[in-house]
Amino acid sequence: MAVNPPPPPETKINPNDPQVVAEKIKTVFADAVESASAQGIVVKSDKLLDVTRYLRDKLSFDYLNNVTSVDYPDRFEVVYQVSSMDRGGAPLTLKVNAARENPTVPSLVPVYRGADFQEREVYDLMGIQFPGHPNLHRILLWDGFEGYPLRKDYKEPYYEEEKKPFGTRWDQGHHVIAEDRNPWHDNVKYPANFDAMSYKPTQEIYPTLGLAEATSTRLRTDKIVVNIGPQHPSTHGVARLKVTLDGETIVAVEPVLGYLHRNHDKIGERNTYLQNIPYTDRLDYFTSMSNNFTYVIGVEKLMGIKPPERAEYIRVIMAELTRWQSHAVAVGFLYNDLGAFYTPLLYGLEERELILDLFEAVSGSRMMCNYMRFGGLARDVPEDFLGKVQYLVDERLPKRTDELEAYLIKNELFLARAKKVGVLPRDLAISYSTAGPVLRGSGVKYDVRRAEPYSIYDRFDFDIPTGTTGDLYDRTIVRIAEMRESLRILKQALKDVPAGEIMTGKKNYQIRVPKGEVYGRAENPKGELGFFLNSDGSPNPYRYHVRSPSFINMGALNEMAVGHKIADLIVIFGSLDVVMGEVDR
Amino acid sequence: MVEEQKPIQVAASEDAWLDEQVRRSVWVGPLNKVVDFVDLIYNWGRRNSVWPLGFGLACCAIEFICTQSSRFDMSRFGMELVRASPRQADLMIVSGTVTKKMGPAIVRLYNQMAEPKYVLAMGACASAGGPFKEGYNVVSGVDKLLPVDVYVPGCPPTPQALLNGLIQLQKKIDKQSIRDVAWYRKGAQEGVPEPVLGPDLFDARRVEEITELAADPAKLEARAIKIVKETKGEKK
Repeated sequence: MAVNPPPPPETKINPNDPQVVAEKIKTVFADAVESASAQGIVVKSDKLLDVTRYLRDKLSFDYLNNVTSVDYPDRFEVVYQVSSMDRGGAPLTLKVNAARENPTVPSLVPVYRGADFQEREVYDLMGIQFPGHPNLHRILLWDGFEGYPLRKDYKEPYYEEEKKPFGTRWDQGHHVIAEDRNPWHDNVKYPANFDAMSYKPTQEIYPTLGLAEATSTRLRTDKIVVNIGPQHPSTHGVARLKVTLDGETIVAVEPVLGYLHRNHDKIGERNTYLQNIPYTDRLDYFTSMSNNFTYVIGVEKLMGIKPPERAEYIRVIMAELTRWQSHAVAVGFLYNDLGAFYTPLLYGLEERELILDLFEAVSGSRMMCNYMRFGGLARDVPEDFLGKVQYLVDERLPKRTDELEAYLIKNELFLARAKKVGVLPRDLAISYSTAGPVLRGSGVKYDVRRAEPYSIYDRFDFDIPTGTTGDLYDRTIVRIAEMRESLRILKQALKDVPAGEIMTGKKNYQIRVPKGEVYGRAENPKGELGFFLNSDGSPNPYRYHVRSPSFINMGALNEMAVGHKIADLIVIFGSLDVVMGEVDR
Repeated sequence: MVEEQKPIQVAASEDAWLDEQVRRSVWVGPLNKVVDFVDLIYNWGRRNSVWPLGFGLACCAIEFICTQSSRFDMSRFGMELVRASPRQADLMIVSGTVTKKMGPAIVRLYNQMAEPKYVLAMGACASAGGPFKEGYNVVSGVDKLLPVDVYVPGCPPTPQALLNGLIQLQKKIDKQSIRDVAWYRKGAQEGVPEPVLGPDLFDARRVEEITELAADPAKLEARAIKIVKETKGEKK
């Protein structure tokens, strides 16, 4: 079993280093590179497709981690992070400039299919056009929405000031509630001379029947469009799927997102760095501890600080407990989707309660922990905490993992419905930028904990479980195996957790973050969670973007579901284990 | 062996016998007392079989699921039967942030529910917008769209808090009487009109007001209360 090699030491030439890569690009495309620094390579817009094709095919940067954009006063900048599945290491940053008027950047969908949803998001929120994109329309907001919210000149209806903390929020401040400040007395704003009386919404009109005659069946059938969601008993929140069917066979699935778009990016840019920690809790609400962890890793990278040893160990313990419970519940929910209503889910939820009790003991809240801080933790764990974790890890959770596997995964009915269903081949899994168990289920041995070890993960001995065919069964079996690996890490961490400080420096409301840009990432239970942060040296981030694994994994749904029967759709969707809070942000 | 047939005990007169039977098994009283009695039974049945709509919006939905699961066990209150269809549900637990894009769908679900129906706003977001209130796609509380019966604070509320909210709802049901509830009144029950997704979400009932104000910026500006600008340390 080959393990991803750790990033090569500094003395050797780092193949992911932007300057090294830029030199290589220059040998092929002489005038494609505008500039190259440790922050990334700035590529000319018209050469972007050539450069990325070259990077993908010749330098094995076959995975597009993240697409986002920054609004500067004089230009827009689209930022890409690409990395290599085989080589690992830190992702390479590519940047493309776009003019302020009519910004256009060529679409990367022909090179990386994973760019599809991410470019649509950039178009939706920043208003950058991507010529060559097959389906460029709004994804998180609705068609017809006025304005591009992430532009710096966009002001929300409840806009008060550019940056928090607001001047009115102090003891004798004169705070007026938001509804009174807005002339509409509600969280809305309309353009001047908006004629609501004759407004006709640009409704999506789906020709549901008689689309075209289907060809593949013996019987004469029509294609029909079935709308699933946003309220649907499959318990995945407010996802909506627009499914085109030929008889019972799925022809196309288009996820319609944004029903839980809570404006994390915009609110995050008004907030100070510290104020964003509780918001990260609410991204993927099953894994608040890991979200905190990833965010503080990102900011610490930018600040150049390291937490003390004890804090590192406690962080890892929290992250792995989170992984165990998230996967346990994911397997339970998968059964819900298969039609075994609630009973299997209760196995997962029962153990989850024990872990939530531990989280409540350290943070005061069951779900929204808000526990990690830059350079350490909010507070030390209670005295009996580690003993309780030890009991869970030694006695309770291993038995439950075995039980879950025996009862559920070795169940014949499950095998019949899971094997060879929702297959995502290896190359497509990479191309669609899927992450986490979905990627590993397709046989890609890629885990950020090994590819670019963060915190103290390089000290632990654990395997990266992978599947072979990339079907629904493999993804589930990878989750179960990862639960075991989590317990292995927990055992090692509990053995050597040291005593001592839990915070470097003193606690601070306002941290000093130097100018710069960072993409901090970590392996969350759902996949690679990333935070793209752009600091201008002020107490608030200039740009705050969340690379959400659930959102990008959704992009591969069409590929997995086409050709299957409608009855399998929800199960395939469930096997992605998406959480809508993270999909829509 | 044939039992000897006992003669029916005949009262002194037929009327007296009938009176006796009526007195024993029929309760006679003023009409409003009768209605009270019907209310008691009717509400007892309704309060113990409030079927929630299986409708999860965000984080709070997970605590709602925990409330249903074995540790907190909502079925103690007769509420375990979560219905996927709004037509069969009595209670809409708005568990999470109400976004503008979701607004029309929530109102449609509410309109599809049969009376008597109740709405419980679970958590800070559903009550007032919560931590996401300032967002451009967030409705400041579900009560901007629907009438709400019970608010449960918390972010998210613990299962205990949700159970408390449900007990409050039961108390509310206990106080209702078939005399004055809306769904036994004459006249058709009209649903809440669905809000429309335009350049921003707008209420279909306020189109005239919106058109008038959008055309008159001066009048619109006058409606807003300006913040008194003052910095810390500055004396008035």
